Amino acid sequence: MSETTTETTDEAGGTEPHARLSTAPVESTAVPGSFGGRRAPGPWGWITWTGREVLGWVRWFWRQLTSMRTALLLLLLLSLAAVPGSLIPQNGVDPMKVEDFREANPKLTPVYDALGMFDVYSSVWFSAIYILLFVSLIGCIVPRTWQFVGQLRGRPPGAPRRLDRMPAYTTWRTTAAPEEVREAALGVLRKRRFRSHAVDDAVAAEKGYLRELGNLAFHLALIVMLIAFGWGELYKSEGNKLIVEGDGFANTPVQYDDFRSGSLFSYDDLEPFSFDLDDFRATYAESGPNRGTPRTYEAALTYREGVDGAERKKVVEVNEPLEIGGSKVYLTSHGYAPVVTVRDGKGEIVYSQPVPMLPIDQNITSQGAVKVLDGYRDPEGEEEQLAFSAVFVPTFAGKGSGTMFSQFPALEFPVLAVAGYHGSVGVDSGIPQNVYQLDDRKMKQFKDENGDTLRKMLLPGETMELPDGAGSITFEKEIKEWANFQVVQQPAGGWALGGSVVAIAGLSGSLFIQRRRVWVRARSGDDGVTVVEMAGLGRSESARLPQELGELVGLVHDRAPTAPAADPEDSPVPSPEGADK
Amino acid sequence: MTTLAATTNESLAQISNVLIYSAMAVYTLAFFAYITEWIFGSRSKVARTAAALTAGTDAAKPAASAPAVTVRKAGGTTVLERPEVVVRSSGTSRADVPDGPGAHGGDEQGDLYGRIAVSLTVLGFLLSFGGVLTRALSVQRAPWGNMYEFNITFTTVAVGVYLALLAFRRNVRWMGLPLITAVLLDLGLAVTVLYTESDQLVPALHSYWLYIHVSTAILCGAVFYVAAVSTILYLFRDSYENKLAGGGTPGRFATSVLERLPAASSLDKFAYRVNAAVFPLWTFTIIAGAIWAGDAWGRYWGWDPKETWSFITWIAYACYLHARATAGWKGRKAAYLALIAFGCWLFNYYGVNIFVSGSKHSYAGVE
Ligand code: HEM
Repeated sequence: MSETTTETTDEAGGTEPHARLSTAPVESTAVPGSFGGRRAPGPWGWITWTGREVLGWVRWFWRQLTSMRTALLLLLLLSLAAVPGSLIPQNGVDPMKVEDFREANPKLTPVYDALGMFDVYSSVWFSAIYILLFVSLIGCIVPRTWQFVGQLRGRPPGAPRRLDRMPAYTTWRTTAAPEEVREAALGVLRKRRFRSHAVDDAVAAEKGYLRELGNLAFHLALIVMLIAFGWGELYKSEGNKLIVEGDGFANTPVQYDDFRSGSLFSYDDLEPFSFDLDDFRATYAESGPNRGTPRTYEAALTYREGVDGAERKKVVEVNEPLEIGGSKVYLTSHGYAPVVTVRDGKGEIVYSQPVPMLPIDQNITSQGAVKVLDGYRDPEGEEEQLAFSAVFVPTFAGKGSGTMFSQFPALEFPVLAVAGYHGSVGVDSGIPQNVYQLDDRKMKQFKDENGDTLRKMLLPGETMELPDGAGSITFEKEIKEWANFQVVQQPAGGWALGGSVVAIAGLSGSLFIQRRRVWVRARSGDDGVTVVEMAGLGRSESARLPQELGELVGLVHDRAPTAPAADPEDSPVPSPEGADK
Repeated sequence: MTTLAATTNESLAQISNVLIYSAMAVYTLAFFAYITEWIFGSRSKVARTAAALTAGTDAAKPAASAPAVTVRKAGGTTVLERPEVVVRSSGTSRADVPDGPGAHGGDEQGDLYGRIAVSLTVLGFLLSFGGVLTRALSVQRAPWGNMYEFNITFTTVAVGVYLALLAFRRNVRWMGLPLITAVLLDLGLAVTVLYTESDQLVPALHSYWLYIHVSTAILCGAVFYVAAVSTILYLFRDSYENKLAGGGTPGRFATSVLERLPAASSLDKFAYRVNAAVFPLWTFTIIAGAIWAGDAWGRYWGWDPKETWSFITWIAYACYLHARATAGWKGRKAAYLALIAFGCWLFNYYGVNIFVSGSKHSYAGVE
């Protein structure tokens, strides 16, 4: 097949220049290095020579960058570059994990830090790859768009000289005159929504421009999505707030437990609103093998838009955030906040409030700390601080079998275990303290009469007395729940969504629509009988093209039927005798 | 929830398990029937490939895809032959290598076993479909709340895709054996390692976007798998044809098996079409996931490991599509890219759940 193999080796093109059906760039081997011209003597010569050389290199570089091969390599690089971020803990995903990793791998950490491995997706090298890719993409789209516009304004190219070399081809002889055949073909093709026109002795037609349009729209939409995502990240803000039932929150930076924002975010961008947590309800599977798995979480809120807007109610669920303007309030976690009262030796209340406890397992076994920072005096009247480490279980296994691990996440048999300390809690020492943990370095434990650590499991309403008249701690009957809310403000989400819709539509058009050309040539043969030739060319080989051509052939053939053959064996090219009308 | 409802649900879950085990039994029978088909098929000595590669140099052949349809002229009585469309492939001579006859190799007994195998596959499909359905009814939600359910649904869909292609008269029966093998492995994994008692969803999974996202993910996976099998066979068949074209003599086993497969160019084209056809759906899957993440976790994209690997998979398939569009990267190179892309998909499906901790997609039930 040596004769044919050298031809049409590229899907995009054939031997004939007009056989190209795509504006996709055709790979050409760029010639690097010399860009022609000689260096004339003198400084002027040097300047022009250097200018030519620089310009040449820039051009060459640009051509390389915007070639399909580079796009392919950059895409490969991007997928490779995304891998480490999924295997190494990321600051942006889970900073606690990063801390753990740092502690566990002191040798690797500096290397990873230098490489930006904890922030892969905002690292220099990752950004470099996708920025190059998008520059390449722009450099690719712009010329292709112009080319496509040119194609739309022009007309389908005329028939190649040898139609029988096209991927799908047929011919027959007919009694109809060539002009009649062309007229009929034009009618058939136009009816089938081919762009078609007659050139010379043939009709040229083309269909499937939506493929190219779809492809351009898709790549353009990628750019829109990238910009939208980048914009969203730069102007994003995100904060967490733990709220106990009955308490509230106003959307100002100081009220957050933690707050993160993009580099271009300013506090003025925070949407003014406030809300109260009226009630939190959780339900759990009561029986069955998955007893205890959560069924529903609902947080009933009362919220106010603006500084003093009207009060409104909303139940926030896990997949149903509260939306206020551009901000969304998500319910992210929940737990219990037993109400604890601490009294001093004289029986004065020095502390009485719900203490949010952090769950450590699925059944909401929780840990926390009660810190009495001021207002307490020891039996001698000295100012001192008190603290209690506490473990809370909503459903205790029962006396005798009782370790402090919860059996069920709902409040069926709540127990609070406490151990007391006195001394300095250390809040003023400048070291940031976790509210849920106790730093007992500067504290002394209360001991019982045997000299053991004083600790006690309390049922609701029970009290633990501290030794030597130091006071008492009471686990009140009231147990509140808390919910954690994440407040997120990320602009340009609509653009990202719009971009993705266009991307999918464009992609589908680009992949499912075939761009194809059809030619119908009709001319009088040597014997005066009209010879019709029809051929089709698709962008890629497809079974649909011969089929479609077959249908078109059928339609044209109906109007210009085969001249009756004298000798049936000669069909479909009948002998001239049968050609007379 | 009343006890009565609970027991019906439990018995439904029980029925589901029985159906899944029955499906596995039937697939096992189908597996042996496919093997038998291949064995009987080895009796036939077809060697059309070599003939086509060494002898056939005539430029164009009438294609099987262009049947000469007779058109009856409206009103008239003369029946006219419509002129036949001649198809020529624009590629290399390779494109003219004929497709193999399929696993049975033209052997009658082989063909019989092949038909039995397909019938058993249909039966197995119905059973596993029933298993998925009863499982769904027992939990009153879509059957993909954990890895076990994900797997049984996935295999059902994969077999469904295969049967649908057969029903549309696509030349895919040769795929029966590799498909059923993978299905059996997957189901075996599901009922042993991944089994999870039927249960309802945790609140984070209460979202209709989840249903859309996961169902399309499953479908994409099944289709990617079909394409990957085709790609692997393409690579084998391609080396076989290369060897023949170079004048070599491949081993007897290779000849026997590969001769019965479709031509390399057909396998390659099939893989490409299938991959290209689901790529937009895969894009949609990722976007649906992002929308759901936006509702559930407060950000639509957060580089969670599962998200990252979906992205990597997507980029890898985009690479493959680009490669196909670029001269010089077609054929084997593009096929390797397709396999890498499918490897990414597999890793995303199993690897991320099993090896990478801390993914928010931790509903997998395997931790
Ligand atoms: C940002 C990363 C990119 C992605 C995710 C991407 C994705 C895709 C996909 C999925 C296709 C397949 C659609 C089809 O075959 O019609 C495609 C086609 C194409 N892409 Fe990209 N692309 C990217 C960047 C680029 C760049 C940088 C260039 C130019 C250098 C480019 C040029 C093309 C061309 C010319 C086609 C059409 C090939 C054809 O006509 O078959 N793409 N792209």
